[in-house]
Amino acid sequence: MGNKTVLYEAHQESDAKIVDFGGWDMPLHYGSQLEEHHIVRTKSGMFDVSHMTIVDVKGAQSKAFLQRLLANDVDKLKVVGKALYSGMLDERGGVLDDLIVYRMPEDYRVVVNCATREKDLAWMTKQAEAFDVQLTEQPKLAMIAVQGPDAIANTKLARPDQAELIDSLSIFQGLESEGWMFCRTGYTGEDGLEILVPEAEAAKFWRDLIATGVSPCGLGARDTLRLEAGMNLYGSDMDESVTPLQSNMAWTVAISDQREFIGQQALLEQKSSGVPDKLVGLVLEERGVLRGHQKVIVDGLGEGEITSGTFSPTLGYSVALARVPAGTGAECVVEIRNKHIPVKVVRPPFVRNGKKVYE
Amino acid sequence: MSNIPGELKYLSSHEWVRVESDGVTVTVGVTDHAQELLGDVVFVELPEVDADLAAGDEAGVVESVKAASDIFSPIGGVVIAINEDLEDSPELVNSDPYDDGWFFKLKISDADELAALLDAEAYTDICEAEDH
Repeated sequence: MGNKTVLYEAHQESDAKIVDFGGWDMPLHYGSQLEEHHIVRTKSGMFDVSHMTIVDVKGAQSKAFLQRLLANDVDKLKVVGKALYSGMLDERGGVLDDLIVYRMPEDYRVVVNCATREKDLAWMTKQAEAFDVQLTEQPKLAMIAVQGPDAIANTKLARPDQAELIDSLSIFQGLESEGWMFCRTGYTGEDGLEILVPEAEAAKFWRDLIATGVSPCGLGARDTLRLEAGMNLYGSDMDESVTPLQSNMAWTVAISDQREFIGQQALLEQKSSGVPDKLVGLVLEERGVLRGHQKVIVDGLGEGEITSGTFSPTLGYSVALARVPAGTGAECVVEIRNKHIPVKVVRPPFVRNGKKVYE
Repeated sequence: MSNIPGELKYLSSHEWVRVESDGVTVTVGVTDHAQELLGDVVFVELPEVDADLAAGDEAGVVESVKAASDIFSPIGGVVIAINEDLEDSPELVNSDPYDDGWFFKLKISDADELAALLDAEAYTDICEAEDH
């Protein structure tokens, strides 16, 4: 038996198929992964993401600490509530985790992955020793992601008293209210909210959202949605063995002479010696499904590997993220069940706001 | 518990076999248990009509959102029909695995091979063992 979120009973009421996910008993789907995917692209769906790890960073040197800890620069967060996506790197530039950091009224709040929780906390605690900061985990906050074109309207129906605050949020901003936090973020490529809720209030809020027409969705749909949206999954698309430059995350690396973050030197060295490979999108418009670990063959350059692949429910054919030699052009070949299948190489994302976006 | 009709024969790899009334034609598909394990089916690759298959030969592939799974011929014979509806409606494998979601029909070469297949009771035991 794994850990259970406070919404476990609510999942059972909705006939969830439960699977183990990083030590947590989480819903894979509530009947059909495909239907849940389409609901998020066309209406609104919600995900229990209470297993994510929330860490508050407080203290006089919070900013300096995060500027050392993260490859992206929290100095970009000029407005309270603004959020930043960043990699947390080791000295070799390897990606320890990807995370979101929010600027809170006084300090910062960081949300990291669940599977990497212990490693992340140990690393952050060790790096914090040199700074005047306190790290406090917030395990008593549940987290619900409401996503899709109707997500914001439905959330306002469930919490009419918070409608004004929700309307005030810009994209990638989160604000606290009465111990809750409403964040206009997500992992689906649709507009929507991620809401941090005190555990005692989470199940009622979940049921209130159902009453407004939001459908519970599982980890299965979450994965196909994020992959269509071209968003990396930690542990599949990147880990300690690769740098952000090899992971389509160069845009999250802020190098300047104003500060030095952990891993910066390694990234500079990798840049000057040449980044060996890159993370790209692959598209197979014929039958067949691209899947993680399939071999990619690039004529004249060598081999790569699919890091995650799936059937894209929105597009009706398969898409994947793959790590391929740096010089890879517009075409390559994937080995699927001993057959060599030509595929297109594109720049992710594949889908945004319900529509095909790659070229 | 998934639906396991008593009148069908089964393979431990989760194919079902219906012996039609002429005694030499069989229809093959995957079981309700298999479609539950696979989740939403998105492509089905079927054998060619007239292909001559031996028992245990690879006869096709089912691709779901989650995984790809080989389909084996439960018995030797010649493929006389394939379910062309699966090309446009692979979800029939999920919604109706024993009727509209059938895969292919074989004219069997040796009716004695039917004896090697599992009955519903033996197949139920296999599914239960997998669930635990």
